[in-house]
Amino acid sequence: MSAVAREAEALIELADVRRSFVVGDQTVDVLRGLTFSIDRGEYVAIIGPSGSGKSTLLYQIGCLDTPSSGTYRLAGWDVGALGDSELAALRNRTIGFVFQAFHLLPHTTAIDNVALPLRYAGVGVRERRARARAALERVRLGHRLDAHPERLSGGERQRVAIARAIVHKPELILGDEPTGNLDQKVGREIVDLFEDLNREMGSTVVLVTHDLEIARRTRRVIRLVDGQVEYDGPPAGLP
Amino acid sequence: MIEYLRSAFAALVANKVRASLTMLGVIIGVLAVTLLVSVGDGARKYLDDTIGGIGTNLLIVTAGKRETKGMGGPPLSSTKPLTIDDVRALERQGTLLRAVSPVVQGGGSVRYQGRTRDVSVIGVGPSFADLRNMHVAIGEFVRQEDLDGRRRVVVLGRTVVRELFGEEPALGKPVRIAEGRFRVVGIMEAKGTSLGFDLDDLVFIPATAAQDLFGKDDIGSIITAARAKEDVGQAMAQVEEILARRRNGEHVITIQSQDDLLQTFNTITSAMTWVLLCIASISLLVGGIGIMNIMLVSVRERTREIGVRRAMGATRADILWQFLLESVLISVCGGGVGLGLGVAIIMTVHRFAPAIPVQFSPWIAAVAFGSACVVGILSGVFPARSGAQLDPVEALRYE
Ligand SMILES: Nc1ncnc2c1ncn2[C@@H]1O[C@H](COP(=O)(O)OP(=O)(O)OP(=O)(O)O)[C@@H](O)[C@H]1O
Ligand SMILES: [Mg+2]
Repeated sequence: MSAVAREAEALIELADVRRSFVVGDQTVDVLRGLTFSIDRGEYVAIIGPSGSGKSTLLYQIGCLDTPSSGTYRLAGWDVGALGDSELAALRNRTIGFVFQAFHLLPHTTAIDNVALPLRYAGVGVRERRARARAALERVRLGHRLDAHPERLSGGERQRVAIARAIVHKPELILGDEPTGNLDQKVGREIVDLFEDLNREMGSTVVLVTHDLEIARRTRRVIRLVDGQVEYDGPPAGLP
Repeated sequence: MIEYLRSAFAALVANKVRASLTMLGVIIGVLAVTLLVSVGDGARKYLDDTIGGIGTNLLIVTAGKRETKGMGGPPLSSTKPLTIDDVRALERQGTLLRAVSPVVQGGGSVRYQGRTRDVSVIGVGPSFADLRNMHVAIGEFVRQEDLDGRRRVVVLGRTVVRELFGEEPALGKPVRIAEGRFRVVGIMEAKGTSLGFDLDDLVFIPATAAQDLFGKDDIGSIITAARAKEDVGQAMAQVEEILARRRNGEHVITIQSQDDLLQTFNTITSAMTWVLLCIASISLLVGGIGIMNIMLVSVRERTREIGVRRAMGATRADILWQFLLESVLISVCGGGVGLGLGVAIIMTVHRFAPAIPVQFSPWIAAVAFGSACVVGILSGVFPARSGAQLDPVEALRYE
């Protein structure tokens, strides 16, 4: 397979990825040999019981952490071989994160929160504001540009967080239980938004979720149990 | 860089109370540095002015050989005392000398019509006033004839006149000094105090009359001056040589120049300034520890924020700079405020208590401000590093 062909297909490629932590004198194997790939433009849900390693896997995919063994390639880059600042640059270029607890910066306006990834990309202040505004308008928050997160509802905060995740037009959008802190109705709206982003912008979306409803609306579900893939396929085939 | 500064500033504004309390430590430190060093500098300038004000290119000759540096100890060898003849010899042969005057110091009570005052009595020659930058206000100073004729005439200082005569005219009046009767021939201009010594609370009489009064054959010292600043060294050599010739070639006199005196005092005052600076630095150090403490708390509190920033693409260096600049900003602001306060206090002192010698000079500003920056960097490095070293995942999982 040539490099160009790979470029065209798989964005994410895991080959026997393992991750273990040393706690005291014990080694905890959290990810126990994961092998799968996700192509550009896919919309994938990762489900599994609590403690099965979903977040740990998402941090691997998001280049916040590197495998203990095995290889992980993102957009052709061997992530395990990259240094800390190269990883930072890769995250900055390629990935948008959305967290369960929103993780917006306090005392910072919505627009400045959204502009944060652009700042680390070295984009000038004016362009930053213009693009942050566009991203906020995209999530229908064009009227709350200067609001502080403390003043926003949970759903609005998560939309700001999504705007922050898409402001730099990343290929990959990752969500770690993005609806976990929201009620069902608002959660639906947030999922709608992810769906739109996947459809309209062609972004690859990977969501970790507890919510089977949400998982059923994706086109592919990966179910983790005990750090191993127990199911990988369309939601219809879930047990 | 401006980016970092902006967000550092925003972080401080978000935490105004804490930031200002932390700043207070630095403010006090810089204030202490500014004030204490200003006091030290003021003392030096005061001594410079005072010693400079007693005359120009002065040389003071005393009998006996002693260490000329320092405040002068007891004579090291047997002495042959100075005499009026030594003064004459210097006057005749001292081509590099502007003027020469004997000095005979003593004390006594001056009496006029039942009023008495204990004063310093100084026996001098006619050139003494000129050498010491003193001026007669009314009448005349001691003249050559007075000296040669051992005349009992006296020139009074202002304080003495006020205490003995009040509003009454003093010129020509008879006064008693110790057991002798003297006639007032002059009154000095007011000169004020110098080094805690009241220059108006003394009387001048001819050195010869002073010898008679105190029953001495010798004189305590000779005051003279070089013609020009460049000649001071040579003039000292000349005095030495002239007086040695009169002592069978023995070098048993001591000559101190005004510069020696100045240097002695300068050594003392700069030592004092350094001690003050060290004391002040301790308070600055305490301020720095305060910053470090707050920055450690801040890094801990914002662990999740660090995780988020790292997830968004911030490098370790980005995090390091963010926190480092925050602590530098605290200390620079604190330094600025402390310096401003210091200058304000110094100006107030100048205005309302001009007698207190405090001297503000730019180097103090530079030292105070520079040390504030250094404190900010030093106390920020460790917390900022600990923030930068955090693992992104651990930072994000931090509760
Ligand atoms: N840094 C670490 N050190 C030690 N153990 C860890 C570490 N990170 C994760 N683990 C362990 O790995 C396991 C999986 O954690 P992870 O957060 O990935 O689970 P999860 O599937 O996301 O669970 P949840 O649904 O509750 O969020 C847990 O047992 C956790 O205690
Ligand atoms: Mg999790």
